[in-house]
Amino acid sequence: MAALKIKKGASRKSAYDLRDPHAEVIERHTLAVVVDNEAGVLARVIGLFSGRGYNIESLTVAEVDHTGHRSRITIVTTGTPQVIEQIKAQLGRIVPVHEVHDLTVEGAAVERELALFKVAGSGERRVEALRLADIFRANVVDSTLESFVFEITGSPEKIDAFADLMRPLGLAELARTGVAALARGAE
Amino acid sequence: MTRQMTGAKMVVQALKDQGVDTVFGYPGGAVLPIYDEIFQQNDIRHILVRHEQGAVHAAEGYARSTGKPGVVLVTSGPAATNAVTGLTDALMDSIPIVVLTGQVPTFMIGTDGFQEADTVGITRPCTKHNWLVKDTNKLSEVIHQAFHVATTGRPGPTLVDIPKDVQFATGDYTPPAKSRTDHYRPQLKGDVAAITQLVELMEAAERPIFYTGGGVINSGPQASLLLRELVEATGFPITSTLMGLGAYPASGDKWLGMLGMHGLYEANMAMHDCDLMINIGARFDDRITGRLDSFSPESKKAHIDIDASSINKVIHVDIPIIGDVAHVLEDLLRIWKSRGRKVNKDGLKGWWEQIGKWKAVNCLNYTNSDTIIKPQYALERLEELTRGMDRYVTTEVGQHQMWAAQFLGFDEPNRWMTSGGLGTMGYGLPASNGVQIAHPDALVINVAGDASFMMNMQEISTAVQFRLPVKQFILNNERLGMVRQWQQLLHGERYSQSWTESLPDFPKLAEAMGCKGRTVKDPAELDDAIREMIEYDGPFLLEVLVEKHENCFPMIPSGEPHNKMLLGDAQATDAIGDDGAVLV
Repeated sequence: MAALKIKKGASRKSAYDLRDPHAEVIERHTLAVVVDNEAGVLARVIGLFSGRGYNIESLTVAEVDHTGHRSRITIVTTGTPQVIEQIKAQLGRIVPVHEVHDLTVEGAAVERELALFKVAGSGERRVEALRLADIFRANVVDSTLESFVFEITGSPEKIDAFADLMRPLGLAELARTGVAALARGAE
Repeated sequence: MTRQMTGAKMVVQALKDQGVDTVFGYPGGAVLPIYDEIFQQNDIRHILVRHEQGAVHAAEGYARSTGKPGVVLVTSGPAATNAVTGLTDALMDSIPIVVLTGQVPTFMIGTDGFQEADTVGITRPCTKHNWLVKDTNKLSEVIHQAFHVATTGRPGPTLVDIPKDVQFATGDYTPPAKSRTDHYRPQLKGDVAAITQLVELMEAAERPIFYTGGGVINSGPQASLLLRELVEATGFPITSTLMGLGAYPASGDKWLGMLGMHGLYEANMAMHDCDLMINIGARFDDRITGRLDSFSPESKKAHIDIDASSINKVIHVDIPIIGDVAHVLEDLLRIWKSRGRKVNKDGLKGWWEQIGKWKAVNCLNYTNSDTIIKPQYALERLEELTRGMDRYVTTEVGQHQMWAAQFLGFDEPNRWMTSGGLGTMGYGLPASNGVQIAHPDALVINVAGDASFMMNMQEISTAVQFRLPVKQFILNNERLGMVRQWQQLLHGERYSQSWTESLPDFPKLAEAMGCKGRTVKDPAELDDAIREMIEYDGPFLLEVLVEKHENCFPMIPSGEPHNKMLLGDAQATDAIGDDGAVLV
């Protein structure tokens, strides 16, 4: 029989843009999910991931449109292309979910995360921590004679790198917000 | 103009405005205000069940046999948790039901009050959507939304949890037309480019097959009519899942019978060897596909489904079409006709010849006996003696269910109610009650096994109270037949806990509850017993003592593909490998 001549992505309503499900590589995707800000909506999303055995690397949620009662959930997840497609389709079935965007495949996106670092120490280690924080453009938001709290914003990789540097310099505690992400461009 | 009323009155008004004529339920502390309103009206009939699980299955039977949503009203706590199995069953089989539960008053939520349970939390994964209503002003709109969500797109169960103070308080009633439902609007029309691609494949295919499922029936009667037109016009063979039986008539000459683990040889072989598989409203369930990596290896596959998450979930398809079956089939027929109604006649001729050879295997053949009733024989006689009647069949779960699917023929949709996805023992009896409520003059038969029947046998009492002439056709082998079969094939004939030592005297049990009963064990008396069951004006329990060790064939053993079917006991020894043994 003749090979299929289906144009990928021929229509927004078609499912042709589904990716090759046979590939077994694990991919990391950032999903933006716009939901009604109603009781239990986060539980529905998290329950979907735990119930069907999907991974959550990070998850952030907050109301973004007070008058429209909309919240935006940003989820970083990993899986094979087939699993990623399933996650998006399953998210789309949840009644209070309005939009599901895969920022990883829908063009360029910016990802940012905020983190607070408590670094305790004195002498040369304290000076070195402050110097590195300056290089990473971290702000000092609390200071004692034996400690700093740094505030740093950036990609998850940048925060990982800063954590690696702070660890030998007396990293006492670390709090991260998880990723917030937006597509680049005017739309 | 807004109408003010109490929350309890709102519930009854909303049900009336939704066209509800029947509610299956059970009262309790947290729904007393609503039951007080039920008492003071005559438009909605309340069917008092004996257990909340029975209420949900009855509503499923009502829904499945009418196409309308089934409605359940139960109280808080244990009532809500008892409803969970039925909700999960309806979710798996895409049955539209709306369950209303009472809840402790809003100011007590979270205090571990008497009969308090986190109902929306517990039922979140087993409903399509659920709501806890804390404001009487929002109650009626939420109930209308619950009906909308349950019946739109891929149908399913919804639940509305109503605290008792919300029932007592007064608020504004919102009629259905003014309720916001615009957000949930699943796509109905399929992508025309994709449908055209499918038509192109259909024109060239040498070995095509339609593989249909419950989605055809859920789409409504028009979908079944369009399917029949499509099958007759193209001359392609058609098979169906357990859930889809009746969409295409079993008496039709293109019918190959059910496919799957206990499906017919010709249906499974045709699925394995086809070059074009057209999945219409089925979901490549594991009972259907068998071993995934050798599932229909040489075919192009098209999949029509209203639920995008069903597509490419387990089987990669070449042509995905998201849409409602009736809408897509209408477009498919129109496009196929406009292109000249072409099919590959030579290819089809050879394909039907091959199918004829498979049919000649006569896979449902069994060795009959004149001293003991074979379960297959019992169902053959039931089919013969009820053919042409206005008949509805429900089943429990197990061997009898598979034999019923193999030996009973359904020529119309909505005539066959069975628990497919969840496999809920105890489904059939309450479901038969629900079907009989919806079709008071029809012949409603629950094909049951002795073990499944006992899981919800209290519902006989419901049938007696409401004078429902349901027929319980129990194939009693004193075993958990399907468990016993798997233990024989897979666990060295060690029959762990798969028989019951103290079964009741079923006819006496029936009589104790006000139902007529009879036992038959002589094949020569079977016809007479079935006739008595059919003709009796009231609920009737017929216990058929059958061969105890009969196995259900054909069977695709776990972990094997479609073309490795077992046709009888002689082939069954060591048929399941270690890989297959871990599968269910």
